[in-house]
Amino acid sequence: MTESSDQRRKERLDRGIKVRSEGIYALMSWRELSYLFLPRVVLIGGLLILPLVMPSMYWQRVISIVCIYALLALSFDFLAHYVGLVSLGGAFFIGTGSYIAAILNTSFGLPPILTIPIATLLGAVICTVLLLPCLPLRGVYFAIVTLMYPLLLARVIEALDILGGTDGILGIESFTNRWMEQYFIIVMVLFLLFGTRRLVNQDIGLVFRAVKDNDQSVRASGISVTYYKTIAVFIASGIGCLAGAYLVHLYMWAGLSTLALDFSILPIAATVIGGSGTLVGPVLGAFILVPISELLRAFGTLRIVFYALILLGFIIFRSEGIMVYGQRKYHQFEKWIKV
Amino acid sequence: MQILIYGTINSVALALFALGFAMVYGVSRLPNFAHGALYVTSGFITWSFVNSLELNYFISILLAMLVTGIIGALIYQFVLIRIRGMEISEIMATYAIGLAILEGLRWGGFRGMTYTLPAFIEGSTEIAGISVDYQRLLAVGIGAAVVAVLWWFTHYTRVGLALRGMAQDERAAMMLGIDSDLMALAAMGFGSMLAALAAVVLLPLGNIVVEAGYNVLILAIAVCIVGGLGSWMGAVLAAFIIGFAQILTVVYLGAHYQMVVALLAIIITLILRPSGLFGRQKELEERV
Repeated sequence: MTESSDQRRKERLDRGIKVRSEGIYALMSWRELSYLFLPRVVLIGGLLILPLVMPSMYWQRVISIVCIYALLALSFDFLAHYVGLVSLGGAFFIGTGSYIAAILNTSFGLPPILTIPIATLLGAVICTVLLLPCLPLRGVYFAIVTLMYPLLLARVIEALDILGGTDGILGIESFTNRWMEQYFIIVMVLFLLFGTRRLVNQDIGLVFRAVKDNDQSVRASGISVTYYKTIAVFIASGIGCLAGAYLVHLYMWAGLSTLALDFSILPIAATVIGGSGTLVGPVLGAFILVPISELLRAFGTLRIVFYALILLGFIIFRSEGIMVYGQRKYHQFEKWIKV
Repeated sequence: MQILIYGTINSVALALFALGFAMVYGVSRLPNFAHGALYVTSGFITWSFVNSLELNYFISILLAMLVTGIIGALIYQFVLIRIRGMEISEIMATYAIGLAILEGLRWGGFRGMTYTLPAFIEGSTEIAGISVDYQRLLAVGIGAAVVAVLWWFTHYTRVGLALRGMAQDERAAMMLGIDSDLMALAAMGFGSMLAALAAVVLLPLGNIVVEAGYNVLILAIAVCIVGGLGSWMGAVLAAFIIGFAQILTVVYLGAHYQMVVALLAIIITLILRPSGLFGRQKELEERV
């Protein structure tokens, strides 16, 4: 935690209020209560009133897209930093979810309120079954194999001309109410964010982290590594499929672009910038990155260059991300001391 | 017969794509996702040298290879050296560099118009009744020469032996006084030059388009994974397997399936035998 220089080094100490309110959990004043609640209230309140302060249709649409990326980033962060499975195939989850929702809506005439939950569960099952053979893989091998899945699915759809081929599936129902459309996804982001945060602190989360840190010892303890990886992939792909199903009803169209690399790469960039392993960080990162890329839309493909460079800068110089940095400033004070 | 000839040509092309990637990964364990971008870049550099500076074609090819090699080395020296060993960061950083280069080229005006490099030798000949142009034959020749030179280089020169030592065991190589960072730098430079070589040999067969960068990357990864990541000769053999498989699918199924074959090859190989057909099996490192 300390950075050393020639003469002096930076010492970091936990603030007393952190120890009292989080460690010992003795809340004795409004100050301590608010110390704990302020970050959460700011996040929840901020997300809930965001559509109200930005009433234009354009920015509400942007908020919805941000939330989709936030869900994907959350699923990536959960899988990568709590289970140790680096999945570069976020687009695969989005694509599966969106195609299932599209088929349910156009062929069976189900309303969005039914297609989204069904697509989430069915999509998660399909993704998990398809990813099952590569679950024993580790590290870079799993990353590359998941990167290939969405590309393969796109090529297969193109080659076989199934599921609408290159045109995609048209004529999908949209949400009846603009506010419902907006708040549905915001509430889902908050629910899943706090849900996964709670999950990783349960017993099962402990096993997940053990799988990440040392899977041989998990295996030696008589716990099936693949079983826990399957559960984790089911949860993560469910989150991704939910985002995909929502996307379809937002755009009223499902096509090959839901399998594009954007959905695999942008969430990872959001995770890197927001702070990996914090679960809140990726959501925050999505809220920073996506609006930036919207503002840069006038520059055409140059905006991809910009965001690749931002990503590169963060990877090299600030690999901890904004959230970890912010948490450190919030919880600790720093001072220079002589060595 | 047609299958045999075009399969061979396709396989050599794949081997040329893949050798640079295999070299960088083999020596420094860096998955260079900017490989496709370097390939396209060197095509555009050659084009600019020939058409804007009006240099001799042969000289501009050599210069383009040199410049691409330097770009690769600079990428290593200023970016990758800081994040070596962190797999996610390596993939993300090289991918971001590749994305920045390719989309930058697309924005910088290399689009719409067709950019082509002239063939080394115009014209075509007939082999067993099938017409093959000289450029394709030359590509096969150069591919074979590159493999031979690489084999000689890694077995009989000091730098080559050092590179091979690094590839086999980095720590032992360091103990024997081999500068690990310098060698990784050299590998990145040579790997980029191989990408450039592939570009100048193969690009005259078609147009220079930015999308080629992504396809080359996927094909290079496919070949390297099937052959075993880090195994150079494995990559050459895998190039022949995938190359012929692709031509066979084109002949019997249709051109749409060409990419499906490459992607399926990656997925199946990774699931069944992650270290590839010819790689050394490192059971503990790759699966639980």
